[in-house]
Amino acid sequence: MTVTEGTITIDDAVAWLGSFARQVTEQRDYLTELDSAIGDADHGANMARGMTAVMGKLEEATPSTLDELFKSVGMTLVTSVGGASGPLYGTFFLRIGTSIGAVTTCDGADLATCLRAGLGGLVDRGKAELGDKTMFDAMAPALDAFDAALAAGCTLQECTAAARDAAAVGRDATFDLVARKGRASYLGERSQGHLDPGAASTAMLFEALAGTIA
Amino acid sequence: MKKLINAPETVLADALKGIDAGDPNVRVDHVNRVIYRAAPKADGKVALVSGGGSGHEPLHGGFVGFGMLDAACAGEVFTSPTPDQMQEATKVVDRGAGVLHIVKNYTGDVMNFEMAAELAVAEAGVEVAAVVTNDDVAVKDSLYTAGRRGVGITVLLEKIVGAAAEEGRDLAAVKEIAERVNAHGRSMGMALTSCTVPAAGKPTFDLPDDQMEIGVGIHGEPGRHRVDLGSAKEIAAQLVEPILDDLDMTGAPAIVMLNGMGGTPQLELYLMYGEVAALLEKAGVSVARTLVGNYITSLDMAGCSVTVLKADDEMLGLWDAPVQTAGLRWGR
Repeated sequence: MTVTEGTITIDDAVAWLGSFARQVTEQRDYLTELDSAIGDADHGANMARGMTAVMGKLEEATPSTLDELFKSVGMTLVTSVGGASGPLYGTFFLRIGTSIGAVTTCDGADLATCLRAGLGGLVDRGKAELGDKTMFDAMAPALDAFDAALAAGCTLQECTAAARDAAAVGRDATFDLVARKGRASYLGERSQGHLDPGAASTAMLFEALAGTIA
Repeated sequence: MKKLINAPETVLADALKGIDAGDPNVRVDHVNRVIYRAAPKADGKVALVSGGGSGHEPLHGGFVGFGMLDAACAGEVFTSPTPDQMQEATKVVDRGAGVLHIVKNYTGDVMNFEMAAELAVAEAGVEVAAVVTNDDVAVKDSLYTAGRRGVGITVLLEKIVGAAAEEGRDLAAVKEIAERVNAHGRSMGMALTSCTVPAAGKPTFDLPDDQMEIGVGIHGEPGRHRVDLGSAKEIAAQLVEPILDDLDMTGAPAIVMLNGMGGTPQLELYLMYGEVAALLEKAGVSVARTLVGNYITSLDMAGCSVTVLKADDEMLGLWDAPVQTAGLRWGR
């Protein structure tokens, strides 16, 4: 799916989510392996189940506005995933939906604003800060990079590429961190030396976004 | 992986069918994955809803019935249930006196129950209170962790608080005793082996034959540290000492649970209880009631946990009150 003149349509958003769904499904064993090391070995299965449910619902009927689309994605994740990733990813998409409004397209600045609202939802729900070894460590740098690229006058494609790269760097940086939130925090220093599974799936979300806006 | 399953994806749905067919105390809503009492309690009484990831049976579904829970929401294996399940259960069991959510302190469980409480209050006007159990002394309770895990005390709490609700106490009183039980309970667990999550297909962690994990939770997550395998006597000391270091259990009647993780024979659990009882006696703890068996498990993990509740006469009375569930049954 290509984007014309730096706008995102409903089809683009569906393509983004579809690409994310494919990634977490293909990488479910990898995500579960990461979670086995410092968590409870269910992140891959949960994300795959949740995104399969999301795509199934979107295939039944594609919403006609972006807010309906993202709210539906959020509610489906909240009600099908469970664990911590259900409320976290669910609240992220619900807040995007609330922020974006009843529109059918949006531009880079709109996207930056609603992603920021999504991140706010994530923080409200999970109370994570930078360096806690959570999905926040991939998402916050990604949004900062998106904003910086936008301010520098980059195209939407360049903005999403910058976000993708920053998310990957943030994900990799979780390797050396000691977890302070979530189940991995029970391990104390033993959580060091492993990637955070939530940061890994978040990096996939931004990889999917950049791959869609190509 | 050798398991008595049809497919990893259908473990929960298939197990719920068996619970429905095999436990006369309950009925199962298979769509929402909620286990309810077969005979709802009378109007005007506070209802108790708990739930969590599956794989800890008999917790929580096996504690649904007279004298304990009104409903248990079943999540996927080791995964918290979702807010819509909890909201539905909350609406169904409310008898007009409010609902207490019993939540084990895990990030996912807490977030999902919080969302469910917001929904139940907003959409159905049900009065909801919550107690979050956090009795695991293996976890440092500090700003730098998600806080202590909720483990064994949850079993004792569901029994004692269930009896208080059955008596007809109001929601504030039921919540108060729930918080008191949690505040006076401490647990510590250990694993001889990992467990195998059906969807993962292999053990969550590798543990050599001559080593054990001390300070494990109930999700096959690695513990605080790994040490050489010791004798039952040595292991008992490594479980009891951190509990007594954390809370002085003397001067009050104690309720003690020696809990199996799911893959350890009852004979070994009794053997371990003997060692634990000797240590408690030596430490001046007076044990008033005991439970020995598999009550809050971690699939097929071998190992055990110890829970000690510093009780009082009121808690003992509620403990002795009649209960009729698959997991606990006496006096009725």
